[in-house]
Amino acid sequence: MSETPAISRSDVANLAKLARIEMTESELDHLSSELAVILNAVARVSEVAKGEIAPTSHPLPLVNVFREDQVAPSLTQEEALSGAPASEDGRFKVPQILGEEA
Amino acid sequence: MIRQSAADMAQALAKKEVSAEELTKAHFERISTVDSKVKAFLHLDTEGAINAAKDVDQRRSRGENLPTLAGVPLALKDVMTQKGIPTTCGSKILEGWRPPYDSTVVTNLKRNGVVILGKTNMDEFAMGSSTENSAFHPTHNPWDLTRIPGGSGGGSSAAISAFEAPLAIGTDTGGSIRQPAAVTGTVGVKPTYGGVSRYGLVAFSSSLDQAGPCARTVLDAALLHEAIAGHDPKDSTSINAPVPKVVEAAKRADVKGLRIGVIKELQGEGYQKGVLDRFQESLEILSSLGAEIVEVSCPSFDYALAAYYLIAPSECSSNLARFDAMRYGMRTGEGSAEEVMNQTREAGFGKEVKRRIILGTYALSSGYYDAYYGSAQKVRTLIKDDFARSFDKAEILVSPTAPTTAFKIGEKSNDPLAMYLNDIATIPVNLAGICAMSLPSGLATEDSLPAGFQIMAPAMADDRLYNTGAALERELLAKWGKPLLEMAPELL
Repeated sequence: MSETPAISRSDVANLAKLARIEMTESELDHLSSELAVILNAVARVSEVAKGEIAPTSHPLPLVNVFREDQVAPSLTQEEALSGAPASEDGRFKVPQILGEEA
Repeated sequence: MIRQSAADMAQALAKKEVSAEELTKAHFERISTVDSKVKAFLHLDTEGAINAAKDVDQRRSRGENLPTLAGVPLALKDVMTQKGIPTTCGSKILEGWRPPYDSTVVTNLKRNGVVILGKTNMDEFAMGSSTENSAFHPTHNPWDLTRIPGGSGGGSSAAISAFEAPLAIGTDTGGSIRQPAAVTGTVGVKPTYGGVSRYGLVAFSSSLDQAGPCARTVLDAALLHEAIAGHDPKDSTSINAPVPKVVEAAKRADVKGLRIGVIKELQGEGYQKGVLDRFQESLEILSSLGAEIVEVSCPSFDYALAAYYLIAPSECSSNLARFDAMRYGMRTGEGSAEEVMNQTREAGFGKEVKRRIILGTYALSSGYYDAYYGSAQKVRTLIKDDFARSFDKAEILVSPTAPTTAFKIGEKSNDPLAMYLNDIATIPVNLAGICAMSLPSGLATEDSLPAGFQIMAPAMADDRLYNTGAALERELLAKWGKPLLEMAPELL
């Protein structure tokens, strides 16, 4: 069997940061122990995947699909904004993105 | 009337023995009687459904030539967009969102005059095998209300087994149509990947997700399959080829001379005795009909679950990045855009979704990518090869659908690995992109709960599922003397 992958609480905190989820302290505790167990179970894949095996990323042989760039009916501005948490002047209104100094 | 098959309802509608409006109202009446116990639905569109039914009735009275399923009601899994109708994916983060467009599946249903009653409950973003991960409430199995209806499409399987709708749409990423079908005594099909458009199916794992039919009979599933399948320019992974003739196959139902491969690795340890007994019995029936039963070996399947729980979380960690609190869905918290995003995703996603996003983020991070995601993709190749070799020896492959009958609500909710094991027999099909069906094989002796029989066929050979499934269904029906669902306890 594979070794148990070590995953620390700070690893999980960093992953949560990368995934843009502000986790609570207890969630981090819980998840780091759970992830170790899950990773231990899934790490088995490396046992069989040692040789020269072509990876499969998708069940179909994917090809780019092109079409003519034609004007066709689409969502109106109002429809596109209909689900927005906030909008103004026909645009999505979002919290501040850049720092104050601009 | 509501206990009939969709095919019989369609016939009664065509003969004007019943109107679509009456049929729709009868289903809403059933829903109002039993859904407080079953809790299959998240949203009912009473007004829209009745209007759609009236429209079908008017067109029929004008003498229009209508599609077969026109006027037949259906329950839609809440992962498919329907214009103006709440679509939550079982998640708080989408609560209250009304999509401004129809998914292609819904467009196809509407074109066929199918009446959409409402949206069914599911594990959040289709991640789960029990529907307990819904942010709103669990759904109860009509066979035993203390048990799960399967997942992620437990709302759809519960709705059809409780006679709240004759047809439903499910989606299957690792078994979410087939396992719910197995534990509720219904029929569910995962079509060939690319057979049904994913446009408007809220993505969980894009290389695995596939929408398909849920029904009470094999023929009903075939009718729905043909209504929703086909090439769609809006989905770049949609297969541009004719839809397999599944209705014709369901009517043929002839397995004489068919070679059926039993997958050695998908039985034995971990499988409930009653499930295996019913499986053996179905094999004997198929053999008595003139099919040749052979054993095949798929050694890489031992690694399928592990590969799946790397590939699906990896793809989900990327797909669910779209829930950013900016353009639609929930927004909560204060501060900069990034801070609001972090707080919204914390508040909006449930436990299992967070677990998988973090797992996927880990598997894709530099330094671990090759060992985890890269290896999982290689296992995927090995599994495809196992299937290809097996399909050289047999036209179809079979196994039990799920290792056990329905378990108790709460029984596995604190043990993710035990929960993941429910999908052990269904996952290889998704990894290879082929098609599969689950149909009821009877009741397990020890608990009198339904067991599922899984049939698998190569890509774009979906018709083989229906041919074999219909033959087995016919023989089992003769043996039981009545449909399996007529043996379920009355919910009133």
